[in-house]
Amino acid sequence: MAEPHNSKPQIDAATGQSTTGHEWDGIQELNTPLPRWWLGIFYATIIWSVGYWVVYPAWPLVTDVTRGVIGYASRIDIAEDLSLLKQERAAQSKGLDKASFEQIKADPELFRIAVAQGKAAFGDNCAACHGVGGGGAKGYPNLNDDDWLWGGSPAEIQKTLEHGIRFAGDADTRVSQMPAFGRDKMLDATQIRAVANHVRAIAGLQTEPKADLAGGAKLFADNCAACHGDQGKGNREMGAPDLTDAISLYGMDLASLTETIANSRNGVMPAWRQRLDATTIKALTVYVHSLGGGQ
Amino acid sequence: MAIADAEDLPLFVPTKKVYPQSVSGPYRRAKWVILVFCLGIYYLLPFLRWDRGPNLPNQAVLADIANNRFYFFFIEIWPQEVYYFTGLLILAAFVLFLMNAVAGRVWCGYLCPQTVWTDLFLVVERFFEGDRRERIKRDEAPWSFDKAWRKSAKHAVWLVIAWWTGGAWVLYFADAPTLVRELATFTAPASAYVWIAILTFTTYALAGIMREQVCTYMCPWPRIQAALTDDDALNVTYRYDRGEPRVSVKQAQRLRSTGAPAGDCIDCNQCVAVCPTGIDIRDGAQMDCIQCGLCIDACNTVMAKVGYPAGLIAYDTDDNVKRRQAGEKPVYRLVRARTLTYVGLILLVGGAMVYQLATRRTAEISVLHERSPLFVKLSDGSIRNSYTVRLLNKRPEARPFALTVSGPAGARIEAVGSQATADLRPVVTVEADSSREIRALVTVPADVRLDKSQAITITASDLFAGEVVRAEDHFIAP
Repeated sequence: MAEPHNSKPQIDAATGQSTTGHEWDGIQELNTPLPRWWLGIFYATIIWSVGYWVVYPAWPLVTDVTRGVIGYASRIDIAEDLSLLKQERAAQSKGLDKASFEQIKADPELFRIAVAQGKAAFGDNCAACHGVGGGGAKGYPNLNDDDWLWGGSPAEIQKTLEHGIRFAGDADTRVSQMPAFGRDKMLDATQIRAVANHVRAIAGLQTEPKADLAGGAKLFADNCAACHGDQGKGNREMGAPDLTDAISLYGMDLASLTETIANSRNGVMPAWRQRLDATTIKALTVYVHSLGGGQ
Repeated sequence: MAIADAEDLPLFVPTKKVYPQSVSGPYRRAKWVILVFCLGIYYLLPFLRWDRGPNLPNQAVLADIANNRFYFFFIEIWPQEVYYFTGLLILAAFVLFLMNAVAGRVWCGYLCPQTVWTDLFLVVERFFEGDRRERIKRDEAPWSFDKAWRKSAKHAVWLVIAWWTGGAWVLYFADAPTLVRELATFTAPASAYVWIAILTFTTYALAGIMREQVCTYMCPWPRIQAALTDDDALNVTYRYDRGEPRVSVKQAQRLRSTGAPAGDCIDCNQCVAVCPTGIDIRDGAQMDCIQCGLCIDACNTVMAKVGYPAGLIAYDTDDNVKRRQAGEKPVYRLVRARTLTYVGLILLVGGAMVYQLATRRTAEISVLHERSPLFVKLSDGSIRNSYTVRLLNKRPEARPFALTVSGPAGARIEAVGSQATADLRPVVTVEADSSREIRALVTVPADVRLDKSQAITITASDLFAGEVVRAEDHFIAP
């Protein structure tokens, strides 16, 4: 294609329209200007944008941006929205912050509000580990059942929520530490196997045919009973689980038990006191308690 | 070129302003009675009281949008029962069809809000601007003080009526006396003012300015009606067998004495003058005709004056006119397949609605199985499933419901957040005219053999009234 060749604009015979004067290989371009209304809006947006630069944050500078004369920022908007939301929630909570667990339990409307708020907070903060409905997973307790490591009363649930479990950042956190019997060379592999078989025996599960149950019982009494109790019924003071019930956090098969005894588990739950306000923790407590296992 | 020509044609026939003349007679009287009756109901019904007890509003007809309830005298409709309105609409359609099969556009001519409000607005127009001739003359004359104040006064009164129409409308959506007080003190909710403004505008525009154009151009019913009508449906009909040829009274006498044909129509044009849609009924059945019967009144008045028998224009059928022309007897068949079918359908739909209403429950239960987790194993090995149970109480008093479960052996049900029991069954009290959602836990002992999934039924029994409602769901086990 040749370079456009400029000639004088002239009237095109076929259409009666003016040409632009550009010509390519003898073909001339008709002059079809943009519609006036379109141009009008285009210029209006340019003028509008100048006003916008003055009023709103616009140009990036080296370390900052131009702030605009009305001092608008989307951050300020969000902060305002959030504080409004908090006020609205406080109004809807109808004294949830001051009510005791007995009062909440006795008032169906307050109970409904607490459960609703707790459910929302649970979804935001707890569901990642405990599951959407608190159903738990291996290593993360199911909050629907009646088996509690540290206690299932509202006060105990609230304490766990506030201070967490084995959480380094909280001085009042719930602490207990099961030794890693294998890793720390306190028991050898045969002994661990015997203890694991004993634990299965007291839980009413099948043991290995040639298991040393008597030896396992002796080892259990020496090493485990201090926390888990003589019968293996557990101790909530120390967060030591009941080994005889139908629920286990890490599994009751021989391999899992061996792993638990050899290396220990010691799961961690964060302390929520620093992240959530007292009313939210109270609502969470009521919600968790209402899932079905509350005591 | 043909296309270019078509482009030059206007898309609409220019509107011809209609100046309906006042008329009196039995049809006009019937229209007045219906007008007073319908408008009376519309404007006053919100103020009618109906005692429903202490917990419920005492307005006879109320659409309580905020609380999701609709009240109609002794009937209270919940949102999920909105199908009653569907039934009403179906019923209304069949009644409309029946009216059409019996006597044409009875709805259009007498009952339609467009007709009723236009009639009312015409009364105001006549009061300020006089009857047909006077109005035509004044409209043709140049602007004067007389013309200006009459027109202004008319529009002012129209606007007041339109405003009052919108005002009455919003009263159906809130306690009427309270809302009237709020409106008077300018403390009513903004939505009330917005709706009043909208209805003021529509009433003023439709009944004051657009009038017959609404019927001719906007309303679909004339088109549908034309397709539904049949040869036996009575319609406002000009009996051309008797009216043609149109001659004056004197000429008719002269023609008849010579044995030449002469019609009874003296071509006085009164039927055209009184017509609210500005048509000539003598052109035959037409879409613009709303069949209000005013031309019958006008014609009969003239016939009486000239000493001819009444009924040159009457409710009749085109077939009968043809029969008379051929010297046969006219045939009127009210009872025929079409009318019987419509009556049957009306009775069927109406009967079904009444039956449904009479036998409907005042309590409902719905159950939703918890999906996360599907089941929970308890420390003694028993299996528990959770359900969200919603109980509806449509009665105006609080009702306690006892929950029971049936299905797997030994299944037991608890209601979280409710300590009350009756015969070891958990009891949930639902407040008057409301619903309550609770979490129910169903537990089956460890020694019961369970499949992966088994059917269960959760039953709620009203401890006092004895009403029992059930819902079925599944019980899931490992």
